[in-house]
Amino acid sequence: MRALHRRDVLAGAGALVFGSVAAVPARANNAQDLVKAFAGGRPATDAKVKLDLPEIAENGNTVPMTVSVESPMTEASYVAEVLVVGDGNPNGAIVTFRFTPASGVAEASTRIRLAQTQNVTAIAKMNDGSLFMATRPVKVTIGGCGG
Amino acid sequence: MAVAIKPRIKLDKKEARKGDIVEVKALVAHIMENGQRKDAQGQIIPRKILNKFTCTVAGKPVFEADFEPAISANPYIQFKFRASESGPVVLTWTDDDGSTIVGEESITVT
Repeated sequence: MRALHRRDVLAGAGALVFGSVAAVPARANNAQDLVKAFAGGRPATDAKVKLDLPEIAENGNTVPMTVSVESPMTEASYVAEVLVVGDGNPNGAIVTFRFTPASGVAEASTRIRLAQTQNVTAIAKMNDGSLFMATRPVKVTIGGCGG
Repeated sequence: MAVAIKPRIKLDKKEARKGDIVEVKALVAHIMENGQRKDAQGQIIPRKILNKFTCTVAGKPVFEADFEPAISANPYIQFKFRASESGPVVLTWTDDDGSTIVGEESITVT
């Protein structure tokens, strides 16, 4: 594990120096564990969640991201929480959005940092506990880790 | 950094009918130091980010976000809420050091 980690760090540094789009295979950070903890061991369906990210991010320091989840957003049925993780950042967690029925629409945007080319996953938890998710790969030209 | 930082907040409408969806865009100046970078001496620069964002409308919570170091510097946030009653729209960011940045707008619901 340790050697793998170091190699990936070096590969990331190489990409920084040469500005190449070296497709570094996503390494195992804690993203999977975070998703598991969030889901509580239950399966998530690949539906309802829309994750908007550029296919290629020139600058990993600030990548615009929008997450939206289909939901009527009423007291009876609403999106409670959305977790966004990336499998190629030093820490898997990116952001957690918490909605209420007063949100009206389960949609939020922010700008995120991506250290390298990786898969970004958004997983949404409804008020009844059901889970939906979406994953998008993003190619990162210049990593957003600040060296 | 402790000087008052004024967040920039924009609502897409200041007056809404009950049930209308109002969009909020907010930008706040903050370094969002991620705790991974090193200074010239090779010392890790300690993490300092805004880790929590909340929004209340007329005193009721409508939206919250937990920010991680993977949120860009000068964090931008955009979200929506359903207009139900007139009142202040209060946006609060909480720093790792416990301090808060607060911005306020208002919405009139007819």
